[in-house]
Formats: sequence, C-alpha cells, structure tokens
Amino acid sequence: MKPVKRPFHHALAVSEATCRGCTRCMKNCPTEAIRIIRGTAHVHPELCIDCGQCLTACPYGAISVEQDDFSHIFSFSHRVAIFPAVFIGQFPEEIPESWIFQSLLDIGFTHSFESEFGADILKAISPKISTYAPRKPIISSYCPAIVRLIQLKFPSLVEHINLMRPPMEITALYVREMFSEQGIDPQDVGIFFVTPCAAKIADIKTPRSDKEHLFDGVINLDYLFNLVYTNISRNKKELEQADPAYTPVSRESWLWSVHQGESSSVPGRTLAVDEIHNAIEFLEQFETNSIEGLDFLELRACSQGCAGGVLNPGNKFLTSERLIYRPEETTRSASQEAPKDIKHRTKRFERKLKIDYYEPHGTDALDDDIGEALKKMNEVDRLKQQLPGIDCGLCGSPSCSALARDIVQEKASFSYCGVLQLRKNKSLMKDIWGNKFRTEN
Amino acid sequence: MELTAGDFSHAGQASSQIKQMLKQLNIAPQVIKRVVIALYEAEVNVIAHSYGGKVTCRINPEGIEIHVSDQGPGIEDLDLAMTDGFSTASEEIREMGFGAGMGLSNMKNNVDSLDISTGKDSPTKIYMHVAFTSQGETDHETG
Repeated sequence: MKPVKRPFHHALAVSEATCRGCTRCMKNCPTEAIRIIRGTAHVHPELCIDCGQCLTACPYGAISVEQDDFSHIFSFSHRVAIFPAVFIGQFPEEIPESWIFQSLLDIGFTHSFESEFGADILKAISPKISTYAPRKPIISSYCPAIVRLIQLKFPSLVEHINLMRPPMEITALYVREMFSEQGIDPQDVGIFFVTPCAAKIADIKTPRSDKEHLFDGVINLDYLFNLVYTNISRNKKELEQADPAYTPVSRESWLWSVHQGESSSVPGRTLAVDEIHNAIEFLEQFETNSIEGLDFLELRACSQGCAGGVLNPGNKFLTSERLIYRPEETTRSASQEAPKDIKHRTKRFERKLKIDYYEPHGTDALDDDIGEALKKMNEVDRLKQQLPGIDCGLCGSPSCSALARDIVQEKASFSYCGVLQLRKNKSLMKDIWGNKFRTEN
Repeated sequence: MELTAGDFSHAGQASSQIKQMLKQLNIAPQVIKRVVIALYEAEVNVIAHSYGGKVTCRINPEGIEIHVSDQGPGIEDLDLAMTDGFSTASEEIREMGFGAGMGLSNMKNNVDSLDISTGKDSPTKIYMHVAFTSQGETDHETG
C-alpha cells in the first residue's frame, strides 16, 4: 500500500525582477531544492521545507514570505489572535505585556492567546500524553520545517514524530470549543495565527484533513509587530490605564518555543538541536546508528528555536534572553500550575488532540524502478568523476553532484559546467589554478 | 571500503554511504533500515575485533549483497558468538558503548541470508543478502 503523496503548500516566493541569480540561496538550501534557471532562483516544490534559509541568505531581498491581507480579520465578528511567546520577546521589558495584549484589541482583535497555552492545556488533561509516537525516541512535531525534512529526507524516521498536536493547534481547538459552548456560530469565529516563520504558514495552508479549519488565516509576526508598536508609541497614556483580560500561561510552557524550552519540560532523557544544518547532521547519524537511551528529541530549523524565526524583527539571542528574564508579571510564575479546570474540554476536544500519522514523502530516489535508478546512479557516479568538484554553482545547480543528478534526470546539460568551458583557455586557467589545473579529466 | 582496526571514530561510515545509495534507488525505508543495522554491526565488529578489513557491496534490482572480510584473528566458536549477549569485547570497548554482545544476532535478524566463514586464527568472511522486495510482495507475484 503506497500512500498518496499530498502536495505541500509553500510560503516563500522569489521575485524574478529582483533576483540576480547569485547562487547564495541555492548554496544555503539544506535540501538542495533551489536551481538557478535563466538567472533566477527556482524553488522545487517537492523538496522545499520552507525553512527560510534562502531568505536569510539573499542579500537583495528577492525572497519574500507570503502574507494574508490583515483586513481579512474583519470578516469575522469574533477575531482571535494566537501568537507565540517570542512575539512578546520582540519588545523591551519596559513595555508591559498588558500593553501588548491591549494593543492587539485596539488594532482589531477581540481575543488573543499565546500559542503556548496549548502546552498548559495538554498538561492539565494528562501529564503523560504530551508526547506519543510509535517509536522512541520521540521527535518533536513543533517545528513544521523539521517534520517536512524528516518526511522528505529521512522517511524511515517518520514513526518517531510526535503525534500529539503542537500547542498552537491545541490552543486553536480549545478556542473553537470555547466559542461553540457559548453557542457562537463557528462561521463567526476567525482564528489567526501570528507566525514567526514561513514553515508555519506552509504547514497551516497545506490542505490536509488534520489541519484544515484550525486557522482562518496567518499574520506575519513582523507586520503585527509594527502595528502593535505603532499603537504603543501613540497611545501610551491610555495603555497605562488599560487592564485587558488575558489567559496566563505557565512559565514552563511560555519558554516552550525557545531552544531547550520544550525538551526541558518533557520527562526522561532529552536532547535539543537547533538550526537546520545541525538537525540534518544529527538525523543522518540517528538514521544510521539509532541512538540508545534517549526519550525525546527537540529539533528546530532555526538557530535559537522560534526566537530565530525569519519574521522576527529582533535579534534571536536577545529575544530568547528577554523571554527568560522578562520581569515576571503577576500572572506568570515558575511555580504556576497549568489551569486545573480546563473548562471547555469535551470528549470531542480530547479526541482531536492527536493526529493519525505522518506520511513519508521520500525524495531521494532517482527513479521509481530500482533497475532504472541503478543505471542512473552509475551514470551520476561517472559524471561526478568528470566534473571539477568545485561546487561553484555557475551551472545553476548547488554542487557538482547535484549537477550530475540533474543531468541524469534531464534537467540540465553537461555543457552547463562553466569551469569545464573555462578550462579551454589553458593559460588563464593556469594563472588561476596553478598546477591543480588539469587539462584533461 | 577499507575498515581500520581500532578506528571507532569512523564506525558507521560504510553503512552511511550505502544508506545514501539505497535512498537514491527508491528502496523501502524499512529495508534500508535493516541493511544499515546489519552492516553497522559488521563494521563495528571488524573495527573492534579484527586486524582490519573491508566492505564491498553489489546491488542489483532484486537486492543487495554485502561482503565484509577481515584479516583475522577469526571467531573461535561461531555458535557461541551468535548467542545474544555473548561478548568477547574488552572493558575498554564496552565503555565506548560497543560490545554489548548483540552484534551477530542483530545481523542475522535483519538480513535475508547470512553466511559466515571463520575459524581460530583465520580471516572472517561475512556474506549478507537483503532482498528489496518483501516476502509478502514476492508471494503475491508468484501466487
């Protein structure tokens, strides 16, 4: 039985007019999803995990993250913002959390929750069910770029991915349940996730039965930061008087999205790895020689976890530091227990907390047929011997090995190798490469 | 691929390379996993117990053949060595996290056929075969 591969939604886009084909994004892409075609970066939709490395690498601002129209929130009478705690970490400590919550109301939301509230809900229901996967060690499902990376590049490890929903989804389910118990028409409830990264947009917008209808839209964190900061700078006096109602999150859950935040709240022996290339190196090892004794792995695509999300305007280290040291306000303390009485927990709600499975989407195969793939693999090896091994990227592929694979898959031509073309000019090449310049391959 | 005695820092390199190849061949992840577990065990055995050796593999559309050979000193009592938990590994090797005594049985449990030729003071040669089509699918085709 072969599961049908459902296409992923992607949130990153390249502007053809701005892109210079400089190869930086292509070389930084951890899944080798980018090729430069006729001077413009093209992202292969089946290989992209929306980690945002390309956006960070681009010096010309040619890569952008898609954005929903903010005014869409006004299509609903109940407008809920669910935002990660790293949003708070963007603001200096002089700005109290109450100002931020009040500003969210001022700009148009009717309710707002921190996504980490979902971690408290889970703990309140049962401390034991925060992780569940067929195989140990369990890999966190918190970072959608990591989940996709495993699906695409490490399909044998999908059974390790935590099937419990991440906190932001649990919070959304809870909010829906809350309104439904109040007798409010679901059509009138709009839930918007405030995202620090492209991967969460891609995840939310991928048509999948288990995620559909959780969120009505996504607001990019930098956009919201500007709206809120503007409101704060213009209305300080009013904000000082404001006393917005909001649901507090325990300190432990609040730090969930920063490096070692989740792993430190999971029982047993845990390990946290941040930054996508580190995660890949770790997964390579894990896949070859499964690691004994570990119970839980927190893997994050961004350095410093979600504090390093590409849509955060602030410095990632400062953001983490602010979250950890932000003066504890009356509602948030280290000892605070998760709300014991989760009011809106019904059987229906509890049943939705876990998803069924993550499907593998392996992408490394050169051909569906093993015999054909073997032939192609031998051909790739032969071509690799002939290519210079410099990985300059001029051909439009990220490395000589990638070009060899592209040639075999008829996506590129051997003549694209600029170095081999240059080598025809022997005296120039001797000047550049000295004795390492080979006249023949 | 050459394996150097005592070179634990490179243990897993051969299995990792073969894993990369099998991924390109559209082999089912569960099958790749079995190959990698068996080969990793064989690799560590050569590094831990022998004077050095090498791994070669042959792949065809039906399956993968792996040959692991070393330069001795051989396994004195093969039946005993195949027993779970039996280990001749030194304290030093065990402290490094190897030598739990599951190596040979782990290999046997993950391959479709295993053939070991060895003896006291002679080289050890291991042949392993893993078929790419699972038993269930083969039955379906023939039945």
